[in-house]
Amino acid sequence: MTGFSLELKDVRKSFGSAEIIRGASLQVPKGERFAIIGPNGAGKSTLFNLISGRFPITSGDILLNGESITTLKPYEINRRGLSRSFQITNIFHRLSVYENLRCAVLWSLGYKYSFWDRLNGLKDAHERAEAVLEQIGLRRRRNITAGLLTYAEQRALEIGITIAGGADVILLDEPTAGMSRSESDAAVELIRKVTVGKSLLMVEHDMSVVFGLADKIAVVVYGEVIACDTPANIRNNQKVKDAYLGGHAPVEVE
Amino acid sequence: MSKPLVFKPINLARWIIWSSFAILLILAPMMFNTGGSLSLLSQMGTLMIFGLSYNMLLGQGGMLSFGHAVYSGLGAFFSIHAMNLMTAGSMTFPVSMIPLIGGIAGMFFGVLFGYVTTKKSGTTFSMITLGMVELVFACSLMFPSFFGGEGGISTNRVIGSSFLGITYGPQIQVYYLIAFWLFISTIGMYAFTQTPLGRIVNAVRDNPERVEFIGYDTQWVRYLTLILSAFFAGIAGGLSAINFEIVTAENVSAIRSGAVLLFTFIGGVGFFFGPMIGAILGVFLTVMLSDLTKAWQLYLGVFFILIVMYAPGGIASIIMMNLRVAKFGMFKRVWPSMWKLVLAATVTTVGVILAVEMLYQRTLEATQSAVIEMFGVSIDTASSSWWLMTIIVIALGIVACAKLKGGFAQHWGDVNTEIEEQMRRAQA
Amino acid sequence: MEFTLITLLNGVSYGLLLFMLSSGLTLIFSMMGVLNFAHASFYMLGAYFAYAISIKIGFWPALVFAPLLVGLLGAMVERYGLRSVHKYGHIPELLFTFGLSYVIVELVQLIWGRSTVPYPIPASLDGPLFTLYTTTFPIYRGFMMLVALVMLVSIYLLLTRTRIGLVIQAALTHPDTVEALGHNVPRVFMLVFGGGCALAGLAGVVGGNAFVTEPGMASTLGSIIFVVVVVGGMGSLAGAFVASLLIGVLQTFAVALDYSFVTMFAKLGMAITANAAGYSLLSLTIAQVAPILPYLLLVLILIFRPRGLLGTREG
Repeated sequence: MTGFSLELKDVRKSFGSAEIIRGASLQVPKGERFAIIGPNGAGKSTLFNLISGRFPITSGDILLNGESITTLKPYEINRRGLSRSFQITNIFHRLSVYENLRCAVLWSLGYKYSFWDRLNGLKDAHERAEAVLEQIGLRRRRNITAGLLTYAEQRALEIGITIAGGADVILLDEPTAGMSRSESDAAVELIRKVTVGKSLLMVEHDMSVVFGLADKIAVVVYGEVIACDTPANIRNNQKVKDAYLGGHAPVEVE
Repeated sequence: MSKPLVFKPINLARWIIWSSFAILLILAPMMFNTGGSLSLLSQMGTLMIFGLSYNMLLGQGGMLSFGHAVYSGLGAFFSIHAMNLMTAGSMTFPVSMIPLIGGIAGMFFGVLFGYVTTKKSGTTFSMITLGMVELVFACSLMFPSFFGGEGGISTNRVIGSSFLGITYGPQIQVYYLIAFWLFISTIGMYAFTQTPLGRIVNAVRDNPERVEFIGYDTQWVRYLTLILSAFFAGIAGGLSAINFEIVTAENVSAIRSGAVLLFTFIGGVGFFFGPMIGAILGVFLTVMLSDLTKAWQLYLGVFFILIVMYAPGGIASIIMMNLRVAKFGMFKRVWPSMWKLVLAATVTTVGVILAVEMLYQRTLEATQSAVIEMFGVSIDTASSSWWLMTIIVIALGIVACAKLKGGFAQHWGDVNTEIEEQMRRAQA
Repeated sequence: MEFTLITLLNGVSYGLLLFMLSSGLTLIFSMMGVLNFAHASFYMLGAYFAYAISIKIGFWPALVFAPLLVGLLGAMVERYGLRSVHKYGHIPELLFTFGLSYVIVELVQLIWGRSTVPYPIPASLDGPLFTLYTTTFPIYRGFMMLVALVMLVSIYLLLTRTRIGLVIQAALTHPDTVEALGHNVPRVFMLVFGGGCALAGLAGVVGGNAFVTEPGMASTLGSIIFVVVVVGGMGSLAGAFVASLLIGVLQTFAVALDYSFVTMFAKLGMAITANAAGYSLLSLTIAQVAPILPYLLLVLILIFRPRGLLGTREG
């Protein structure tokens, strides 16, 4: 047991002949909040997709709580305690907000593929869904069809679905994308509240969100993690400054 | 479609609805007691179970299958062979429970075929189901001992001694058997929608990728749902074997699969009761319309296309949307533009029907007289004045529809946006 | 020997016909995500239009005009029908084409009747191309293969060497980007749909008189081209080509072979009588089993290589 919640060891990923991720390494200790930042096209979302099993890696290793997950399917990874949100809101748009959350808790409570349990009679699923509903602040929208929510509410629901199953490694992909200042602040508070005691890995572009939440920041450029340090040190890191400000503009890789 | 698929009634409402359903089933033969209606009701009942089972896949799971008749048809074949074994004395089994044999047979093949078909989802799944049904259909001609070759397999549903006076000879007894199985199957399929699997398959319909990230293997979810759906389809097949006393290769054909798809979709896939409406309409159209006109399949196809284009939620959604508008008290705002559009559409339809019937008379019945009877009027299909009139009617109708459509769409859209706003605010 | 060669050539010509159909289907599916259920119906329309034109004017004008007519019809269907269903999602699109296939068959029956129509092979192409011992290979089959190959090469050149081809290729995977670059993507879609239908129509023109022209022709071929597309790998033209030839040759050979397990055992000196268990299964000749071979192939591919022969990622 290495003691890290999540570990990336020299991960490489090529799409055809284009190598997108070129040896990314990262260690996320238990209970810490990490932010991943980097220029557009650096491969941040790709990294997320590799970790969560959406794409297979080309070489290297990814360890979740010490166990290699590179050959596992997304649902197998999820059952081992990793959950992720998506950049483009991915909710169940024809179900109500409450139903969205209830679906998210069913597996973790052990109901699996049951077609003999009466859903409305499952008290623990009900209570857990209500609890998350309260946490994400959507109680008054409980019975609204998810597709009818405002954008910020859908993002909040997205986070709710991600944490409802009780996973202890959370991946959030640009959770505040497209939000106004006040909505972002509310989202930051929500994320802080719901990730207490969990390991968090977050891709973000909004620097105030990053500096407000993260214990450590990992900077990804050209498919590599060029720096991983506390926010204060990152601010002063020369390589990071070059990548963001000086040097040549990053080429669109995706 | 913005209506949540969760049905959350107060207990009283639930009891009322299910009791009304049961009472309706019991009283139906007395309300419609002409000679042929009992046969129609029996067919509707069977088709309802079939359609509801199909909607477990399409409406609830987003799985478009072109081969669902495989499960009902194989269920029918197993049932009819069982009945023949019973008649020959090699097996004792109550006829009333034959549909259960059909169900189990359907379920067995669901386990077998479903494994292959659910390996993929989406459009690929649909194509695989088509390949599957063609495979089974082609096999049916290769194994005449089981499938009965060209003539199919027949049976006699009156087997052994009567039980409490029930022989299933008279159609009324068959109807009540179907009604019984319809009632418990509907309860079963409705109960499914209230289970974890039933809800997760809804989630798979909405967003299969997300479902993987809440811990579920979507393939397993779809596979299990298909097996359960095949079970109920098999029950429908068993009842069909009892009702018609004959099962042929057509029962496992792509044509029959297409029919259940058509009628379920027309009825409405977004509501639990949609397929039941589809079944009623389906039996009407195939049995009654085919007596009235040779062009009924053309009309059915065009009607289906119109539903796909203008009301993809089916007739159930048309009813429910109008009820919702009425409930919010806004019906008088859409009524003015609605009745005009309906009138224009009716005029166009009459014109098109006229043209089609006349064309049919000219080409397919060319040996018969050129005169046809329609709506009590004698029409000489050889005369060009009738043709000219028809074309004018159609042209006028189309122009009117095109002009009125925009206005109605506007009013309808405005009203529904307001309703959704109200609903959104109601909870806040 | 000559049997094998001739049957192989026949199989290849049938396979090329299948490819003419499945290529259009693949193009439409790859670009628009729409599975054109009515694709085989456009094939049928091509045959019927060619019949109507060739008995009035001649075969060669029919070869040119029938596909154009079918393509025009396809473009209109896309413009006025499919496009308005697009916003509802893929299932309603598929259902629209499903309903369309139904309606087209009914309309064809309405206009031309329910029985086979005598769509003739033109006299100039009738007769044997060459004869090997006692078996002949008809000129017309050779002509069919020629048309298919010319079509194949033209599509390849169109897609890779012309500007519109590049736009189509780009729109195949990134329609939004292409639209953002200023190209009229809806118009491209209409062109592709119309073009795909025209290809199906062309296949109908050359296939309708080689095989049979009757209202049932669409459904028989329809399911087979779906099998071709899935077996080849959804969205892969090369896969569709390989699968078409494979299935074409397989079926043509199978239909010609009259062997069954019973005859095989008889050759080995073991006689199986009619009373033996499983006789009905064992006495099935390959020819009788031929119709299900494509579907068996589909099932096997799905179990052992779900992405198809040349498919890229999981569909």
